[in-house]
Amino acid sequence: MARPPFHRLNPLILSAALAGGCGVALAQESLTVVSWGGAYGEAQKKHVIEPYQKDTGVRVLFEDYTGGVAEIKAQVESGNIQWDVVDFEVIDLERACSEGLLEEIPRDILPPGVDGTPAEEDFIPEALASECAIGNIVWSVVFAYNERTIGDTRPASIQDFFDTKKIPGKRAMRKRPQVNMEWALLADGVPPAQVYDVLATPEGQQRAFDKLDSIRKDLVWFDSWSQAPQLLNDGGAVLVQSANGRFYDSIRQENKPFVIVWDGHVYDLDAWAIVKGSPKKELALKFIAYATGSKPLAGMPDIAYGPTRKSSMPLADQSAAPHLPTAHLEKGIQAGSEFWADYGESLGEKFNEWLLR
Amino acid sequence: MPSRSALLHTLTAGEARQAAAVRRRKRLLAFVFVLPLLLFILVSFVVPIGNMLWRSLYHPAVAEMIPATLELLREWDGQGLPSEATLTRFATELSVLNRERQSGRLAEELNRAYAGMSSVVKATARRIGRLDDAQLDSEGAATLLEAHPNWRRTEVWRAIERAGRVYTYDYYLTALDLELHHDEGLRVREDTQIYLQLYGKTLKLALVITLLCALLGYPLSYYLASLPEQRANLLLVLVLLPFWTSLLVRTTAWIALLQTNGVINTLLTSTGLLGEPLEMLYTSFATVVAMTHILLPFMVLPIYSVMRGIDPSYRRAALSLGARPLGAFVRIYFPMTLPGLSAGALLVFIISVGYYITPALVGGTDGQMISNLIAFHMQRSNNWELAAALGSLLLALILLLYWVYDRLVGASNIRLG
Repeated sequence: MARPPFHRLNPLILSAALAGGCGVALAQESLTVVSWGGAYGEAQKKHVIEPYQKDTGVRVLFEDYTGGVAEIKAQVESGNIQWDVVDFEVIDLERACSEGLLEEIPRDILPPGVDGTPAEEDFIPEALASECAIGNIVWSVVFAYNERTIGDTRPASIQDFFDTKKIPGKRAMRKRPQVNMEWALLADGVPPAQVYDVLATPEGQQRAFDKLDSIRKDLVWFDSWSQAPQLLNDGGAVLVQSANGRFYDSIRQENKPFVIVWDGHVYDLDAWAIVKGSPKKELALKFIAYATGSKPLAGMPDIAYGPTRKSSMPLADQSAAPHLPTAHLEKGIQAGSEFWADYGESLGEKFNEWLLR
Repeated sequence: MPSRSALLHTLTAGEARQAAAVRRRKRLLAFVFVLPLLLFILVSFVVPIGNMLWRSLYHPAVAEMIPATLELLREWDGQGLPSEATLTRFATELSVLNRERQSGRLAEELNRAYAGMSSVVKATARRIGRLDDAQLDSEGAATLLEAHPNWRRTEVWRAIERAGRVYTYDYYLTALDLELHHDEGLRVREDTQIYLQLYGKTLKLALVITLLCALLGYPLSYYLASLPEQRANLLLVLVLLPFWTSLLVRTTAWIALLQTNGVINTLLTSTGLLGEPLEMLYTSFATVVAMTHILLPFMVLPIYSVMRGIDPSYRRAALSLGARPLGAFVRIYFPMTLPGLSAGALLVFIISVGYYITPALVGGTDGQMISNLIAFHMQRSNNWELAAALGSLLLALILLLYWVYDRLVGASNIRLG
């Protein structure tokens, strides 16, 4: 009596086996690459993904995500790896790497620059700082105003962002402690070099929250960078924080009258990493070597993100040069990925508590 | 005529067995029919959720990484510093972890127990990694203490000892804003108290939303139930239409309506009713409005279907027996609609307690609910254990409320149609 059900199961097993076979067949020629979408994703598609597909014949599935490590952690823990290569914000990278969610990337896969400079000298040092990833762009968190809504006094410094008497109106920030705490301390007069040392102390954290408190009723919070240009356009806020590329794209593509203020900007890198246990690790390494080459990176200034290779700049659209974070480094600080690996969680809780107060 | 029981007694043993076998086969058949659903629920629902909840209690990561240190730490009295042997043992284990490239994981775990330890562990591991085995035995403890002042703190070692327990209820303590202090015992967390407040707020918002849905949904259902069937069905489509529209679209529509220069504010200011635009978006007001709109069909549908099933002759009888219209409504009609109302209320309440996307988009800061914090720990802080503890507390809370409700109203009283 037990035989007929087995009989009926056979086609199922067969089709499952077939599907599995297809998966293996596809595995040789496709790669799943995940990045941030928006203007940045478009630029990557044009300058990295499409040329790569053309040159190698590998099919790239290019997907979007909104950052964070939850998805990757779930894939690694379940052993069901869907993503191969991921574009990381370095602020998240440190933790993903130390939790063992990423593969190590050997430096010797990186080709020299087009001008023949060896990779180690061609890259800025920050791009090669992590053993789990290769930095590809320098971007920055800045704030901007809209010429139509700003009024007579224009902001010029990070102090102005926190000065509601000088510039009345709403300020929009991303709802997280990162960057906001740094800005609060910078505006409160902490020297840029000491920001993270001060922020590591309870008194420093209190000082930052007190500063945020002073403009609390004028603060508007958003969750994703893509909401920011819209807030500035609709008049939802007069001063809005976002990634410099998002503003630049609105200015250039949509002719928005936005003006970026570079004072106190917090710059960070994005980097390509490989999800731990990816069955296509070899292919993924080749992709990263390609994607961080001089030529693909030379396309990134299109959206005002700086390439991490020095040899890319001469190849890039020079009109973007004054809008790159690298042109304003002395006005800003580098995001402390180590600091946020240490205090991201505890400050995250405190920040949420502060929000509810 | 023989009674039924007498008839049963006249069955022979064989017949009884046969009857039992038939019954069993029928039950088995019925079971086979629901088996696919059961398996589906088991695989896609019970197992993953159970697995997540289990995480909040069972956390062996630290114990697996530094077992020998923890064994020695157990003998420590929790005063001053652990013995030199313990420190040496820890240095040795850290150097092994460093070699296996696992020290980062330990760093993350200990950082959770004591903020700021992530970089300390990583830097110390690098430093200790330079020592060979003989040096580890002789200088391990000293190198450790030199590497960072944190290693000389008693609290750090207490935190390590606690983090090393395989079975733990610490995440539940955190989820209740409590902590276990070495000397003072159980006490309210010193630096951050946020979760209890959020649970309270979540319940309050859910209650307000449920009440609003009931206030809006009841008259609407009453009107629909009084219409001829065809007209009612047509209007019911209007109730269902938003139900079929994507949740994100509806939430985003509310953003367009409520924002500072949105539809409502523009209307109010241009007609001169308001001088200054109102702050509506990114408040708990926005959360309540948007969620009431989104959850309204869950209230209308059960009430409407129960009302449709009520025989109008009851009310007519009451009226003809001299009851006033209001009295007939309150004492005859309303009690009969209660099963639908309570079903709707329970549905709306339970759904809104766990709601995430709408408060995240329109709630700003004061419209946040506990689910947003659970999402924070899942996605941002990567503390799945705490997220699981918060989630199981929410589940327990809902079960408790359901129990209270069952006591007061009676769960068997619920009718969806």
